[in-house]
Amino acid sequence: MKLAYWMYAGPAHIGTLRIATSFRKVHAIMHAPLGDDYFNVMRSMLERKRDFTPVTASVVDRHVLARGSQEKVIQNIKRKDKEEQPDLVLLTPTCTSSILQEDLQNFVNRASQDSKADVLLADVNHYRVNELQAADRTLEQVIKFYLEKAEKDNSIFSKKTEKPSVNILGPCNLGFHVHHDIAELKRLFKDLSITINTIIPEGASIDELKKLPQAWFNIVPYREVGLLSAQHLEKNYDMPFISTAPIGIVETANFIRQIQTLLKQLGQNVNFEKYIDLQTRFVSQSAWFSRSIDCQNLAGKTAVVFGDATHTVAITKILSQEMGVRVLVAGTYCKPEEIWFRKEISKYCEDILITDDHNLVGDIIAKLEPSAIFGTQMERHIGKRLNIPCGVISAPVHIQNFPLSYRPFMGYEGSNQIADLIYNSFTLGMEDHLLEIFGGHDTKDISSSTLSNENIWEIEAENELKRIPGFVRGKIKRNVEKFAKINNLNKITLDVMHACKEAGNMQ
Amino acid sequence: MNIEQGSLINSNSITFECETGNYHTFCPISCVAWLYQKIEDSFFLVIGTKTCGYFLQNALGVMIFAEPRYAMAELEEADISAHLNDYMELKRLCTLIKKDRNPSVIFWIGTCTTEIIKMDLEGIAPKLENELGVPIIVARANGLDYAFTQGEDTVLAALAQTFGKKSTTSDNGTKSENTPNLVIFGSVPNSVVYELGNELKTYGIEIKGWLPAKRYTEFPILNEKDFVCGVNPYLSRTATTLMRRRKCQLIGSPFPIGPDGTKAWIEKICSVFNKPTPGLNDREEKAWKNLESYLKLLRGKSVFFMGDNLLEISLARFFIKCGMSVYEIGIPYLDKRYQGGELALLEKTCKEMGTFLPVIVEKPDNYNQLNRIKDLHPDLVITGMAHANPLEARGINTKWSVEFTFSQIHGFTNAKNILELISKPLQRQTTFKELGWKNYHTLV
Repeated sequence: MKLAYWMYAGPAHIGTLRIATSFRKVHAIMHAPLGDDYFNVMRSMLERKRDFTPVTASVVDRHVLARGSQEKVIQNIKRKDKEEQPDLVLLTPTCTSSILQEDLQNFVNRASQDSKADVLLADVNHYRVNELQAADRTLEQVIKFYLEKAEKDNSIFSKKTEKPSVNILGPCNLGFHVHHDIAELKRLFKDLSITINTIIPEGASIDELKKLPQAWFNIVPYREVGLLSAQHLEKNYDMPFISTAPIGIVETANFIRQIQTLLKQLGQNVNFEKYIDLQTRFVSQSAWFSRSIDCQNLAGKTAVVFGDATHTVAITKILSQEMGVRVLVAGTYCKPEEIWFRKEISKYCEDILITDDHNLVGDIIAKLEPSAIFGTQMERHIGKRLNIPCGVISAPVHIQNFPLSYRPFMGYEGSNQIADLIYNSFTLGMEDHLLEIFGGHDTKDISSSTLSNENIWEIEAENELKRIPGFVRGKIKRNVEKFAKINNLNKITLDVMHACKEAGNMQ
Repeated sequence: MNIEQGSLINSNSITFECETGNYHTFCPISCVAWLYQKIEDSFFLVIGTKTCGYFLQNALGVMIFAEPRYAMAELEEADISAHLNDYMELKRLCTLIKKDRNPSVIFWIGTCTTEIIKMDLEGIAPKLENELGVPIIVARANGLDYAFTQGEDTVLAALAQTFGKKSTTSDNGTKSENTPNLVIFGSVPNSVVYELGNELKTYGIEIKGWLPAKRYTEFPILNEKDFVCGVNPYLSRTATTLMRRRKCQLIGSPFPIGPDGTKAWIEKICSVFNKPTPGLNDREEKAWKNLESYLKLLRGKSVFFMGDNLLEISLARFFIKCGMSVYEIGIPYLDKRYQGGELALLEKTCKEMGTFLPVIVEKPDNYNQLNRIKDLHPDLVITGMAHANPLEARGINTKWSVEFTFSQIHGFTNAKNILELISKPLQRQTTFKELGWKNYHTLV
């Protein structure tokens, strides 16, 4: 048993469902007890999806436990096959089905006999892999299944496209700024005259999978999800892939140069240097910003970076290479990426941390007292407690990571966003001096402006007042005092508060 | 269903249906979110998997940031395959909790996993309780047997077995023998405790204590023959436990939700204690008068409950009294005895208001419900969080059912909060109509 207060990566079924629901016309069936289908809430609330989340729980209850669940799962698969007419039904194991040791594959075999849709069992061990690993595996499994199927019926597109083309592998829903990153990648490839063959799985249909091999190469923007698929395609279809995340000016250039090398090997005479130079020096503002006098104050500032492997590496490189910030510790909770992580980043930071224990991260931040933190929502809260500013750079996602306005992290626009984020996270320049002179932005305890000091609050009433959320407390306090004054009451008791509430004068 | 609906509109008694149970609601371990706040000296340990933890953290949004008084005992593969000793593991964790947080009581919240692997929590708890010197209460808030708010029921039922037993013949024991005390059960915010207590005080009735009180150390003494009464409609097991195990007398009544329900609740308790209730009708009338501005908007509007938190019947009854009509009351589970008073009042209210009786659908099927919603096109659908945005995209007004769970809804004055909640989606619709946008779902 592990005493856990918070977790960076979710359970395996969340990863599987993220892949399933990113595709169009794929329905996922979970074999789970009531309430375990909360993925539906996450997708509906965080992504603000307009469609009903295509996930159905085949509910495990006492009766199912007693009788066995076989018929119920099969019936549910068949039912969704009729009602939703999906191309694929993906049966998702859960912690419950794992413990019950049910032969889900047998259900799948039986259900597929009567279903129009293909039926697949997501092959993930719920206790051994986390959300990201499960997503990676499920994506590979689905791709593999449909490529094999297409080979069998000879519908596979094995001839390369005439012009250079690319598959983007891995972006799926509930990712960190994923939609904005996809838009930025589309823009980048358009500039480079490279056609996007497919983006898998976000928004793709199963039917597009057979077109995968016709692309010239693959990219995996976030190495946590998509790498297995890219490796499979490399091995079986001889497709090269690039797994560098184009985040930050330097890495974006690196990414484009890798594409350039690749295309040259494939016989294309391309030269992207001019494009890189133009974008870096004039289109993007971030390179100039790092050079500008404004940014001088960043030199020598310290930071701790923590998040998933992709974003931590990228942000650490930006801080260190582009901004001249000293990264005291860079860390990730993506334990399987440890080797890659260390290799990529050891030159850019003073220490490396691989853990999924947020307490440890918190302790290290408290000990080091960096000028700023770049991390997940957890580190943001650690920062709040320690009074250290924090920019959020990585999943686990939060509603704040689904902004309506355009906020990519990738490409040249992404580097602008990140530069803003970094700059705004530190207290800089003149602000620094002013803070020294005046001792802080504003005083900590803002006493709510009261009408007068005539009123005496009884302890009970005051305790009640403290329970009221801060943003309305001041208003309520004033209204209660007003009410007391009108009614000639000097002492504010709980009774007075309730009388005020009843009179409808509280808010 | 539609044919049935037609016939139902004319029928005189409520129709009960039961569907497939393919519906979305929250897991009962949710109750931790409000119970740890309510019982201030408690610690809640949810013994389950990553799935449970991620639910509390992400879907329920109670991110565990500020030194919380609840945590997960995350079961790993070695726990499941019984390679590790449950007793030793729980001892290790609870020793740590005691050292770090020093709670007055530790709640172990069992989950589906502990249920399936048959972890003997009830057997381990007394041993550890003795060793650590901290009371340990075991509640099985699992999704195999319960839905959402019923989690509170499992916790209170577990508490009901043991709390307040220490009453000796000394101190006020003699006093309580003659006149049975009144203990109210159900977790509500402290201001609601205060308000309902005040209402009863008006008629000379003293509430001896609440289950749960705001501190474990302040739980009331409970004697046999004491009267108990619930304020939440989802506490049927707690009620049964108090009656059977503690030999208490249950006061069955509608729940104090809405002015009508609150009046009925007070009236029923007063009748049990033989106290007259002068001025209670005026009190109710005054409460309704305060709601008039909302009623203007709500009269004639129709509601559909998809079913989520078991507050559905009380809310539906209140809404009908407000002049609305209710097509369907979806509800995860209905104990017809515990909710008997509420069901009777629902029927009475429908007759009084001259409106048709709603269908009550236990264990609903969300897919079928969405089809019915499409046909009926109600003015408002009260639904869980998973369906709200898609329904809004189709031009249907929604309100999250969880908001009723997390708001103050009991008593005369809080009725306003309930109507404020359902007025919001109806009010904002008027401006959208003027703008001409209705559908955000298909390109038409």
